[in-house]
Amino acid sequence: MTTRKINWGITLLIALGSLFIFFPLYIAIAIAMKNPQEMAKSVLAFPTHFHWSNFTHAIQMTHFFQAAQNSLYITALSVIFTILTNSLVGYAVARNLHRKLFKGLYYYFVSALFVPFPIIMLPIVKETSAFGLDNPNGLIFLYIVYGLSFNVFLYVGYIRSIPKELEEAAIVDGCSTWGVFWRVIFPLLAPINATVAILTALWAWNDFLLPLIVLDKPESATLPLVQYVFQSQFSINYNYAFASYLLALAPMVIVYIFAQKWIINGVTKGAIK
Amino acid sequence: MKSKNLAFYIMTIPAFALFFTFHTFPALEGIFYSFTNWDGIAPSFKLVGFKNYFNLFHDQDVLNAYLFTFKFAIVTTLIVNALSLLIAMGLNAKIKCKNFFRGVYFLPNVLGSLIVGYIFNYIFSNILPQMFGKLGIQALSTNILGNEHYAWIGIVIVTVWQSVALNTILYLSGLQTIPADLYEASNLDGAGKWKEFWYITFPMIAPFFTINMVLAMKNFLMVFDQVISMTNGGPGKATTSISLLIYQNGFSGNEFAYQSANAVIYLIVIMIISFTQIKFLQKREIDM
Repeated sequence: MTTRKINWGITLLIALGSLFIFFPLYIAIAIAMKNPQEMAKSVLAFPTHFHWSNFTHAIQMTHFFQAAQNSLYITALSVIFTILTNSLVGYAVARNLHRKLFKGLYYYFVSALFVPFPIIMLPIVKETSAFGLDNPNGLIFLYIVYGLSFNVFLYVGYIRSIPKELEEAAIVDGCSTWGVFWRVIFPLLAPINATVAILTALWAWNDFLLPLIVLDKPESATLPLVQYVFQSQFSINYNYAFASYLLALAPMVIVYIFAQKWIINGVTKGAIK
Repeated sequence: MKSKNLAFYIMTIPAFALFFTFHTFPALEGIFYSFTNWDGIAPSFKLVGFKNYFNLFHDQDVLNAYLFTFKFAIVTTLIVNALSLLIAMGLNAKIKCKNFFRGVYFLPNVLGSLIVGYIFNYIFSNILPQMFGKLGIQALSTNILGNEHYAWIGIVIVTVWQSVALNTILYLSGLQTIPADLYEASNLDGAGKWKEFWYITFPMIAPFFTINMVLAMKNFLMVFDQVISMTNGGPGKATTSISLLIYQNGFSGNEFAYQSANAVIYLIVIMIISFTQIKFLQKREIDM
């Protein structure tokens, strides 16, 4: 069997290709660790001294801990409530797809995927401030509602592959529809819940446009928004700017390093359905 | 049976109501405002019919934004799909440290695009000119983001760098659905690598190709973060994307109604492109 042998040619190409991914990250780390004098000598060289004070400055300038806390709060609650609510909608739609009303609802949610955000951008700002939703809680609410489009698509595809007999057995045992969902279906949804959780977390954590237009007060800014707001002040000192970028990127990268396999599998599972 | 139905309604009606209120209703509102002359602040406004729409077609800024956005989206979609298919095939081959490399190639997808844009901005404005300057290549020793003819290429590069990650993983999951005995059979028949790709690999992942092309194109037509962090639409207005134009002029340029009309056109364009793509590419899937 020729397929058993390791293909060193392709390994080499893949390894070379990965340098393109590491290069910008190396630059970011190197600059975040240097001071302007070292930068002047060579931008590319590895830093001779680690200037950790760049990070302290960046933390103070951007109120990093406040922003990180906001991002964490928004991301965590968005993920939890998205899973609890969107799966329920997905279940109701999936089990009633033979009925016109629910089929219509399915297409209604999914077709909204193709509605470009700018068309709702201007009115939604008026609406969120009228409803008092121009704050982190409002933002969480919007992530849960807007997530429906794609998540219903994922959940419906997955739930349809779960045999109905399981539910029927539970109903015979006296379970209500709610009981069936929470006791039988929801536990079975673990793999697709993981996918939805990962995609929602990446979205809520990294999103820039929605916080930019919805959030009203500077103290409720998320990490990406903070980078944008402080950009003009950073232009004086690139080292602080890059320290700040790294601080903002680090939490997700750390999570990714530890949950890498799980995250890639989650995304893949969402795709196959 | 009755209570079962009731439960299903209770599960879906609130979701429908909220989605309608916070997604469909604002969209309808946007369509309504596009027929007015509202600036977004004044207490009163008038209906002006299709005036905003007529004006859009004569507006050089709008035409430029469409031109840039389309050029960008088409080029980026093609590059991203070609590269990610190639990388996915590499990652699917028998290579050393497979899981490590999969992890590496997906990494850009977990990074926020605004910050990635800032990092690349620095690379384009400082590092590359310095490198090319030292190498004595004068043509490349200036910042391309400052050049109105080439700035868009910088935005293509940063977007490709980041988007290849997701598409690679999607193609990879497609490649893994191909049964190995298909390749064994073609090996016995003496098919070369190239034939194998065109007659087995590519047809087998056709659904993944469709979804990747459509999603990529749709996302790239909405480009915003990368533009705001790389060029902020400049130099001049050379890289102002449609989203950025609607955002900038709609919120602060007294063009609320006018940019709403622009958003409506944008909606129609994206819908037409996405559905044509789906129709066309799905037909291809079946023909195979």
